[in-house]
Amino acid sequence: MKKYKTYFSFFRIRFNMGLQYRVAAVSGAATQLLWGLMECLVFMAFQKSAPEAYPMAVSATVSYVWLREAFFSAFTTWNADQDIFDSIVNGGIAYELCRPVSIYHMWFAKTTASRAAGAGLRCVPLLAVACVLPQPFRLSLPASPTHFILFIITLFLGLGVTVAFCMFTYILAFFTISPQGLRMLLTSMIDFLSGAIIPLPFMPDGVRGIVELLPFAGMFNVPLLIYSGELAGAAMYRSIGMQCFWLVTLVILGRVLCKAAERKIVVQGG
Amino acid sequence: MGEKIKSSGKLYFHYLSVALRSAMQYKTSFFLMVIGRFLLFFNGILGVYFMFSRFGHVKGYTFGEVLLCFSIIQMDFALAECIGSGFATFASIVRQGEFDRVLLRPRSTILQVLGSQFRIDRIGLIFQAIFMFAYGIIISPVDWTFGRVMTVFSMLLGGTTLFISFFLLRAAFTFFTLEGLELVNILTYGAQEHGKYPVDIYGKKMMKFCTYVIPYTLIQYYPLQYLLGRTDQWYYGVYPLCAVYFLLVCYGMWRFGMRHYQSAGS
Repeated sequence: MKKYKTYFSFFRIRFNMGLQYRVAAVSGAATQLLWGLMECLVFMAFQKSAPEAYPMAVSATVSYVWLREAFFSAFTTWNADQDIFDSIVNGGIAYELCRPVSIYHMWFAKTTASRAAGAGLRCVPLLAVACVLPQPFRLSLPASPTHFILFIITLFLGLGVTVAFCMFTYILAFFTISPQGLRMLLTSMIDFLSGAIIPLPFMPDGVRGIVELLPFAGMFNVPLLIYSGELAGAAMYRSIGMQCFWLVTLVILGRVLCKAAERKIVVQGG
Repeated sequence: MGEKIKSSGKLYFHYLSVALRSAMQYKTSFFLMVIGRFLLFFNGILGVYFMFSRFGHVKGYTFGEVLLCFSIIQMDFALAECIGSGFATFASIVRQGEFDRVLLRPRSTILQVLGSQFRIDRIGLIFQAIFMFAYGIIISPVDWTFGRVMTVFSMLLGGTTLFISFFLLRAAFTFFTLEGLELVNILTYGAQEHGKYPVDIYGKKMMKFCTYVIPYTLIQYYPLQYLLGRTDQWYYGVYPLCAVYFLLVCYGMWRFGMRHYQSAGS
């Protein structure tokens, strides 16, 4: 039990640190609001051009855009924890290795915390404004109470999958000292595959079928589609199952790799 | 006067060569960054491609036409970031008190800030824009007359100038806020991201905003109409050059801000 308390305090410290940047959060939320409006306008323009080809309800797309903006900092793989990368590159990791805690668990707790804090700060003002915007830009209510509960659950599962994946990018930094280029590639690919650029229903059916099997589909795609009821019934439960499966698989794989990396680590002087 | 311009030019190229040499110290990292940037925006194109393969067109624009528009904006942005990134990261210069040193030197502040940073890895983005532009030319039926080719150049010149103006504006705000204002990002990164579609698909209100508040239609929508053969008015192709007036406005803001500069200490 004591062990979990340790990781919880890592979580708490990081979470409080994230909450310090309140002005930045307000300015950021305003930016995202405008960004989301533009995005909605694009989808509406396509919908007007060829209404028969539109794969989901327009109001569902609008909700998708707002929720994506609200929880962006939780799911985007881009804002991985810079401190952790720095500690690997400048050798600060040596201190961390001395501590009687597992590196994997500590990083997991820290990353989850900074993401949760970032999203928690941003989602409140953003969603509040999105709920009172004039139609057709208003965020609609969840499809049903069940959908709302499942939305919350899958949101956390999705966060877990995202963090579990981020752990791989940290571990990668052990093996290459300058991981910037590779990271950029990985993150841009994942942004696309997780439905951050366009929602997965807009992809051609063949591509969509494959993408839905990958772990990234659980990041933006699953919770956001469940909210508006676009994902329902058996398909919904299957997606939740996939999320759980990937979460467990990625964590196990990550821990194995992390152990291997710790064994071969070389700290260079300093 | 001529002497002054010559020595400023010399100094600028000296700054550029320093930046180049320092980037070349980490060759692998540099090339990985370039390749990363090159591939990074492919997912943007892939998104657009998927949208068009589903819908066919948007407000009468085809995929090829949107590609031309997208690639020119991308190129504008990449060039502006490459040249003007000193302004883009001006907040850290002010916060670290580095600007005090800039003021002490007997050279133009603009020149020194510009020279403080070059984002040479943006070359990846430029390659990518060229690639996209070439593909756009192949798949869209534009008749390349002399006027249209010139329009592309004027769009590049005007667009790059406009984006640099946005960076300058953001830097000017920094004199008052000490912190980069994220809201101004909507003008730069927002315009880069959403500028891939011609402005008129966003509706009438957005068109008005992008004409009278920020001169965005001047570098994108109007010349594009001439480029794609939707209008015969050749002078639409000259509109981008008018964006220079916005640079003057932003320069005025910068001068105004500088007079109110109080050092951040440290």
